[in-house]
Amino acid sequence: MQQTPTRTDRDPDRARDADRTAAPERPGEPILSVRGLKTHFATDEGVVRAVDGVDFDLHPGEVLGIVGESGCGKSITMKSVMRLVQHPGRIVAGEIRYRRPAGDGKKAIDVDLATLRPQGRAIRRIRGGDIALIPQEPMASFSPLHSIGDQIVEAILLHQRVGRREAKRIAIEKLAEVGMPNPQQRFDAYSWQLSGGLRQRAVIALALSCNPSVLVADEPTTAIDVTTQAQVLELLKDLQRDHGSSIVFITHDLGVIAQLADHVVVMYLGRVMEQGPVRDIFHAPQHPYTRALLQSVPSLHAEPRVALPTVSGSIPHPLHRPTGCPFHPRCPDAMPGRCDVAMPAMASVDGRPPVACFLHHDQAEEDAA
Amino acid sequence: MHWFILKRLMVVPLLLFIFSIIAFVLIQAPPGDYLTSYIAELAQGGTTITQDQIDSLRRQYGLDQPVYVQYFLWVGNLLQGDLGYSFEWRRSNAELIGERLLLTLALTTLSLIFTWVVAIPIGIISATRQYSVIDYVFTVLNYIGLATPNFLLALVLMWIAFDSFGLSVTGLFSPEFQQAPWSWARFADMMGKIWLPMIVLGTAGTAQIARVVRANLLDELGKPYTEMARAKGLPEWKLVLKYPTRVAIAPVVSTLGWYFPQLLSGGLVVAVVMSLPTIGPLLLRALVGQDMYLAGTIILIYCILTVVGTLVSDVLLALLDPRIRMDGA
Repeated sequence: MQQTPTRTDRDPDRARDADRTAAPERPGEPILSVRGLKTHFATDEGVVRAVDGVDFDLHPGEVLGIVGESGCGKSITMKSVMRLVQHPGRIVAGEIRYRRPAGDGKKAIDVDLATLRPQGRAIRRIRGGDIALIPQEPMASFSPLHSIGDQIVEAILLHQRVGRREAKRIAIEKLAEVGMPNPQQRFDAYSWQLSGGLRQRAVIALALSCNPSVLVADEPTTAIDVTTQAQVLELLKDLQRDHGSSIVFITHDLGVIAQLADHVVVMYLGRVMEQGPVRDIFHAPQHPYTRALLQSVPSLHAEPRVALPTVSGSIPHPLHRPTGCPFHPRCPDAMPGRCDVAMPAMASVDGRPPVACFLHHDQAEEDAA
Repeated sequence: MHWFILKRLMVVPLLLFIFSIIAFVLIQAPPGDYLTSYIAELAQGGTTITQDQIDSLRRQYGLDQPVYVQYFLWVGNLLQGDLGYSFEWRRSNAELIGERLLLTLALTTLSLIFTWVVAIPIGIISATRQYSVIDYVFTVLNYIGLATPNFLLALVLMWIAFDSFGLSVTGLFSPEFQQAPWSWARFADMMGKIWLPMIVLGTAGTAQIARVVRANLLDELGKPYTEMARAKGLPEWKLVLKYPTRVAIAPVVSTLGWYFPQLLSGGLVVAVVMSLPTIGPLLLRALVGQDMYLAGTIILIYCILTVVGTLVSDVLLALLDPRIRMDGA
């Protein structure tokens, strides 16, 4: 426990609460509301704080992008939400409020997912049925020993009150919807008989099969080639428009975020550095980390034959987290004696989106360690 | 699938041909032939035998023919169901092998089932509860099982059965059924005794297979398709059994082919200790007594069992994994 060297006279809690509501373009109740989420992995070498205090809201019909370098906790955050974190990982603190009005023949839900048993019936109902996953590796996400149809039907039978025949009809319909050619035949195909792009479509059909309210897309386009990537993104956009579902899109590709997302959460070492509407993040990035990420995106207008700027340094070892702001060792604007001592709180200044950086405000987290 | 089985079946005659040559070479390998030892035996007993008699015996058994002719004579007889004659036992090989083979197969199959029924669930429980108390308990038991020689376990179990329950559990039959023809009573008597060698022989493979299943399953549990099944909302035990376990038991199924011969030779000491009327001790005696036609025939039967076992395991693997059955079909 470290005391912040300079305390502001504003109450940090009240300031943060105010920030949460400061988003006039995001009306309505959030469907998913994550507060203070901490997921730690107790390994033999020590505790890895993969997610270490994450707050964000997902509103109905919104595409929320979570960006950050590999290993910054993006995937673990969403796996925590779906309660898919496996031993030795554990949610140690925080709230994951999932709130969905009645509809689609489903009852209204208002539950803190963090309190559910990770293999219990309650979370299993929500998994796949309410919150579906489009995984990172479409190549390996279908069992090679079962046909894709079998694996989609299985999900439908779990969450919908239909017979096997009707489930098959729905599965084929979903395959057609995601643009699978010859869905009737492909129903019986095995994943290894399909190309990368078709596999990705099949995975999306599986995720959509139970009309989920929230889709978690975990870097769904990293494993496929650029052309197919564009098609898959186009497909996700269309589906989002048609169904009005909310999507959490995890990626390290800022280009994809610019295309798809409404709202962006920038993560670094298990913490949110900055979040806000996509145009604010792209046009007026506040956090040095966000700026560095944006500068490292190749641009057509850049000077030719000039080395692409990168975020200097690399992500520290998970067991050797820097003190204070986790980004300070790599930060060009780090202020010695401040950034390496205290963790800046998420706070917004002058109505701008909230950011966790001492360059913009002077609020420190109370429990910065 | 039919095509797959057909393709496998077409290889069988070729394999059997090769194995029969190997078996025949083994028969011919020791210096001299069984007539030499027969004559030596007769001479030892004081009976003199004339060269004419020897020659007529040689002709009778085709020993005056070139080796390849002898081979075809032997194979030809085998194909007609004539397994030859054992000099040592002075009985036909078919008679000697017949019931022992049946009992061996019954015992081996039961041991195999015992092994799988015990080992696969242990492997699954250990893998899904890695580093838990139950995993460690199974691990310790596995190593004990792995380190305990079969015959020692046999002796210990026999002693326990005898000491605590007053059961004499050697052999597969009670004295009154030893030579009796098959009947329900004899079958029941056998079933009352066969469980002990079944446990002894089955335990040997259990530890190994449990470790294999555990290791494979641990690999598969981390695969994205397992997580995807979890993300669908499947109950944990259901998804573990349906997806990763099916992959994890494939290597176990593929060992089926050599399980039979392994057990036939591996179970030899147990068979001797428990005086089981199985085929292993017969082979041992045949080898010691240079009863090479009997030994060769038994070896050929081992080979056939291996081929059949491999075929069965191939078919089972193809049923488990569509990639195998669709390969080249």
